[in-house]
Amino acid sequence: MSPSDTPIQDRAPAAQAAGQAERSAAGKPALLEVEKMRVEFPTRRGTLVAVDDVSFHINEGEVLGVVGESGAGKSMTGSAIIGLLEPPGRIAGGEVRLGGRRIDNLPYEQIRRIRGREIGMVFQDPLTSLNPLYTVGHQLIETIQTHTDLSESQARKRAIELLAEVGIPAPDRRIDQYPHQFSGGMRQRVVIALALCVNPRLVIADEPTTALDVSIQAQIIKLLHKLCREHGAAVMLITHDMGVIAETADRVAVMYSGRIVEVGPVREVIRNAKHPYTHGLMGSIPMVGHDLDRLTQIEGSMPRLTEIPPGCPFNPRCPKVFERCRHERPELIPVEETQVACWLYDENEGATANGGRSGSHG
Amino acid sequence: MFAFIVQRLFQAILVMLVVGIISFALFRFTGDPVNNMLGPEATIEQREALRERLGLNDSVPVQFINFIGNAAKGEFGLSYRVGKPVEELIATTLPATIELVFVSALMALLIGVPMGVYTGLKRHAALSRVFLTVSLIGISLPTFVIGILMILIFGVWLGWLPTFGRQGVVDLGVWQTGLLTLQGWSHLIMPAFTLALFQLTLIMRLVRAEMLEVQRTDYIKFAKARGLRNRAINYGHALKNTLVPVITIMGLQVGSLLAFSIITETVFAWPGMGRLFLQAIQFVDIPVMSSYLMLMAFFFVMINLTVDLLYYAVDPRLRAETLGGAAH
Ligand SMILES: Nc1ncnc2c1ncn2[C@@H]1O[C@H](COP(=O)(O)OP(=O)(O)OP(=O)(O)O)[C@@H](O)[C@H]1O
Ligand SMILES: [Mg+2]
Repeated sequence: MSPSDTPIQDRAPAAQAAGQAERSAAGKPALLEVEKMRVEFPTRRGTLVAVDDVSFHINEGEVLGVVGESGAGKSMTGSAIIGLLEPPGRIAGGEVRLGGRRIDNLPYEQIRRIRGREIGMVFQDPLTSLNPLYTVGHQLIETIQTHTDLSESQARKRAIELLAEVGIPAPDRRIDQYPHQFSGGMRQRVVIALALCVNPRLVIADEPTTALDVSIQAQIIKLLHKLCREHGAAVMLITHDMGVIAETADRVAVMYSGRIVEVGPVREVIRNAKHPYTHGLMGSIPMVGHDLDRLTQIEGSMPRLTEIPPGCPFNPRCPKVFERCRHERPELIPVEETQVACWLYDENEGATANGGRSGSHG
Repeated sequence: MFAFIVQRLFQAILVMLVVGIISFALFRFTGDPVNNMLGPEATIEQREALRERLGLNDSVPVQFINFIGNAAKGEFGLSYRVGKPVEELIATTLPATIELVFVSALMALLIGVPMGVYTGLKRHAALSRVFLTVSLIGISLPTFVIGILMILIFGVWLGWLPTFGRQGVVDLGVWQTGLLTLQGWSHLIMPAFTLALFQLTLIMRLVRAEMLEVQRTDYIKFAKARGLRNRAINYGHALKNTLVPVITIMGLQVGSLLAFSIITETVFAWPGMGRLFLQAIQFVDIPVMSSYLMLMAFFFVMINLTVDLLYYAVDPRLRAETLGGAAH
């Protein structure tokens, strides 16, 4: 297959430029803007807030990594954007905008058209993501035909191209096989083909390799990254793997207890973590060139949704906690290229902040 | 595929053989039929003649081989009660039972599946609650009570439907069908619905539970995330995945429809095999009882075979397993 066979929207250059600025200077809105989004679960024992006033954006063609401990609300944020929260979960406040258009309050039929067409999604487990009763070709063709006017045979041709693109050998034969006839890695390739089959502008990948064999995780991430770049799709990459973030992401958002505690360019956040939580998170990751005995661990664990303390949710575990953290909730504060939700960086705290920073940087 | 069918056929034959032995054993352990048929006043000669005619004087293995051979040819001996060949009795009653069971099964499927899908998709709709409440009645009331209630309401109070028997039958030579006339249907509809009600509610609840289950799966979530239309997700992806358990249960239930038809046939005086069997029991009419047993076993075996083949058609994973995953 020659490269010209595949329609590639060339969004990459614009994206790289936009990746530097927080929001493009010309006033053109970012591809995805999430503003003070709040996700709630009404339960018998009161309302649980799984995502609490989260704001971030993703520029065209950019890769935003999302990290945080288990239960931080990463998946909830992803599902909420695409309107797939499991009831009774719901977006209780804030806005989600795609290309400037608000999408969190759309009627069903309109949000359905956005799914797959504008925002693709890749889930964690490729073994269960595909319907076992249909061939992969059927599932690809069905998706392509749902969003385009292609005929059955055109859609099939496109499906075969896609399978070739994601690196499945003998795609014209494999297309008529069932998911169980593919290995885990191959199935995740099929899932990626499905997510990208009508060239969405954004792909939300929720731990796309966690369920896979370690030996093929890197391959799959590389493939996802490469394809999204070629198709000009931005990526929201949810993962636990800081190594993956360091290699693929342009920016990274760190979540804790349903909030974003720090968001900024990847190099900044990794090399020069500002939030004490991020700092602890980076300290707990073994990195090439660092001594293993310098690995640190954050004391305690993330509070359950029912037990989130007032003020900063990290305050009970924070080594730099002070009085204000226990009462007042910090908003994201711009510091250099990053934004960080920590009172250490509030201008009014002046001296404390600087002292805290120079001391925390390792 | 071929090996699979051969294997299943082999199993089926084995099962039939075992049932054959049991049916045959019935003759050995249930006393002397000659007394029953001739009464105490018969002479020794009369008894001997009848014993000879019934083949009771042969050795046991010979009797068994004759028995199986005849059964395979569709000959089940003489009824002790009416003195006619059993196959004739079966030929007159079997169509009644088969049509009753067939129409019941169809009703249970055609009403039960859509109701299950509806209640599974619209969990909180008022109509779903009505369906679920009504289905409790279907599950909890015994068949004969439902039959009697139906007779009371539609036969006695409203006078819309006949309350007993089977009329409007058209003779097609080997098969007498009641499905070709309006009168035939008017007789069939009440017993068929009575018989179907339990299965219907069972299927509805099963489909509902399966639909709820399937909707939580990743592949449905992924199908939604790809923006597929609701109809494609609900019927193409979700419903198809509920089919395997529905086929299993339906297969088992056709069997129990046959079993329960005995009660329904009695309540509605339906001239089917169930009634024939009950009369046979009262009269210790062993040939009729044993051939009923074998026929039922035959139906069960055939149903199971059909179920296996349907699985095969629905689920590609089974195809791979039974063929040893040759497609890799
Ligand atoms: N149906 C639900 N009802 C109530 N709370 C829920 C429900 N589903 C998830 N939660 C809670 O929402 C929070 C966020 O969950 P989420 O799945 O987004 O975490 P995550 O960051 O993706 O974690 P992981 O890394 O384990 O995937 C968790 O604390 C979880 O317990
Ligand atoms: Mg998650």
